[in-house]
Amino acid sequence: MVELEYYLILSGILFSIGVLGVLVRRNAIVVFMCVEIMLNAVNISLIAFDRYNNQHDGQVFSFMVMCVAAAEVSVGLAIVISMYRNKPTINLDEFNLMKW
Amino acid sequence: MLQLAWLIPLIPILGSIVCGLYGLKLGKDKVAKIACGGPILSFLLTLIVLLGFLLLPEGVHVWEQVLFNWIPVADFVVQWGYQIDPLSLVMMLVVSGVGSVIHVYAVGYMYEEYSFYRFFCYFNLFLGAMLILVMGNNFLLMFIGWEGVGCCSYFLIGYYYDKKSACDAGTKAFVVNRVGDFAFILGVLFIFNQFGSIDYTTVFSAAPTTLVYGSETATLICIFLFIGATGKSAQIPLYTWLPDAMEGPTPVSALIHAATMVTAGVYMVARCNVLFALSPLSMNIVAFVGGGTAVFAATIGMAQNDIKRVLAYSTVSQIGYMFLACGVGAYTAAIFHLITHAFFKACLFLGSGSVIHGMHHEQDMRKYGGLKDHFPITHITFLVSTLAIAGIFPLSGFFSKDEILFHALMDGNIILWGMGATGAFLTAFYMFRLVFMTFYGEAKYDLSFHPHEPSKIMTTPLVILAGLAFFGGLLGIPIIHGWHVLHDWLEPVFHVDSQTIIDYSTQHMIAAGHHVPTFEALTHEPSHNVPLEISLMGVSLLIAIGGITAAYFFYIKFPKLPDTVMGGQWGLELVKNKYEVDEHIDEYIVQPTVEGSFYLWKGDAKVVDGAVNGAAAVINWFSKLARPYQSGFVRNYALFMVVGFLAILIMVY
Repeated sequence: MVELEYYLILSGILFSIGVLGVLVRRNAIVVFMCVEIMLNAVNISLIAFDRYNNQHDGQVFSFMVMCVAAAEVSVGLAIVISMYRNKPTINLDEFNLMKW
Repeated sequence: MLQLAWLIPLIPILGSIVCGLYGLKLGKDKVAKIACGGPILSFLLTLIVLLGFLLLPEGVHVWEQVLFNWIPVADFVVQWGYQIDPLSLVMMLVVSGVGSVIHVYAVGYMYEEYSFYRFFCYFNLFLGAMLILVMGNNFLLMFIGWEGVGCCSYFLIGYYYDKKSACDAGTKAFVVNRVGDFAFILGVLFIFNQFGSIDYTTVFSAAPTTLVYGSETATLICIFLFIGATGKSAQIPLYTWLPDAMEGPTPVSALIHAATMVTAGVYMVARCNVLFALSPLSMNIVAFVGGGTAVFAATIGMAQNDIKRVLAYSTVSQIGYMFLACGVGAYTAAIFHLITHAFFKACLFLGSGSVIHGMHHEQDMRKYGGLKDHFPITHITFLVSTLAIAGIFPLSGFFSKDEILFHALMDGNIILWGMGATGAFLTAFYMFRLVFMTFYGEAKYDLSFHPHEPSKIMTTPLVILAGLAFFGGLLGIPIIHGWHVLHDWLEPVFHVDSQTIIDYSTQHMIAAGHHVPTFEALTHEPSHNVPLEISLMGVSLLIAIGGITAAYFFYIKFPKLPDTVMGGQWGLELVKNKYEVDEHIDEYIVQPTVEGSFYLWKGDAKVVDGAVNGAAAVINWFSKLARPYQSGFVRNYALFMVVGFLAILIMVY
């Protein structure tokens, strides 16, 4: 049986990759994908703890996370499309209107 | 039947709400029906309550209806309750009865006004507040009514709000009344301080064994209450607002500034008669202020040319009589004069209203003259009321004024009687001056237009009120003992348990080592000297006839006489300018207040506003520092979040 620590390390690595991606990438689509990676990293740790504690709350909760992720992606992609319609680019550095 | 009492003030208030909210939509005729129906219904209910009161078992003189506990604070509970007793019943009948008649008149008088509904909204509200004032069973409820009527008076004086003089008059009435109200609430607080309660029954039954006869506390309470009364009832020194209040529509002057609201002070003093009995000094003050006002206002009334202002000064003067009666302990006479005054003064005001209405809103008497053929009904009713106010036998004013003069001499002293008699002479003079200048003599108005008698809706109230002014005196025919209906009726309210006061106060003063007074004012037996009373009646009748004759000579027989005798005399100028009281008040009180307020305003702008602006400036400076961090780049915000998380992680581990 695979130890809990391995799952958690995998989850941590994936999460860090996602965070770094969100921080450094400029393409809005890629930033979204990085957010997805972060969410799935959390899912992995949820399932791992679920298995480790012999409970089923974690599985239920990971379904919840997937639903939210799906909804978030659909809204997010819609925003990206409307961004592209306003300015023919999805480079996030071009978008800084929301300030004082 | 008594259980219906709570509806009496409620109905006009509901009428006011309906008129105010839906008046424009309903149209004038429906508003008129609602506005007049409410007071008439209240009057009928008052009659039913009166019947129920008469059916109470022998010896029961007070009936209370508590609707709910209004302000319960630990041991101190203020109830919203109505007290039905002989005094409040008399007031309720006068207020709702005269009020109904004037409401009907007002429908005719105000019909051409656009804001017809607004007028009746205020008018009904006034009636409701006045009924609360006279029906309340504690001082706070009286204060609610007191403020309510003051508020409606302000609304109605300033009814023509596009006229600057009307707005100023409203403000003046409000501010001057505020001075009196302040003293009134101080008096109520003193009462609470001494008795721990503000219910009439508790306070008045406890008063003889709580306050010492002639003590500073008793005097202070009475004086504060009386200052409150001078504000509302337009006595010296707070009378200046009432003549200006004539800027309002004439029915308002009749109902509020003659018949009901301004007599609230008399009602209050009469209601607190037990407290005043404990303070002979304040009784004297009341009597002399009342007598002084009666003469003072009458002299001003002699030289005014605005028909409504003459009546206003006459009102001030007549209320002075009522206070004179209160001050000598003749409360029945005061209430009697209050009732008859409500009848004839309401009739006089409404009569002047119909003249003003028919003369296209001309109020200067010098431009009237010879109107008696154009206004037959108004002329007759006006003449009846004028004879009543002048005190001609057998009209109502004769009996009530004569009773006051009699008590002023018997229970007071010759000075008070002299004030009353002078006032009576002046009253007869200026009232007949008014009648002669308006209805007799040669016409001085522009002959091209035709003055006309108003329609029936306005003349019927005049006839009713003139009838009451004629026969109202039957309530209290003096001399014949047992025939004085009003005296027997009000006796339970004005009965003072003087033996308890004397026992308690004597005990208390001996314990404190003070000199025990003679209690002269309390032990004084009311005398029934019939020959003296009849001869006094004769004297007052002669005085009245003298006044009328003087007016006849001055204004009918020799119209040139006033100018030749009085022209250029300093006294006339002084009286014409109303003793320049308004100017002096303006110079010594109003202007310094305005200047002081100017400095306070400057201080306010620097200190208070400065603090607020300073706080805003600090925030502004801080946001300038924080502003660069809101860059608009989403990734920057994400970075801040990550840094924050890492910081928390490091702090926790």
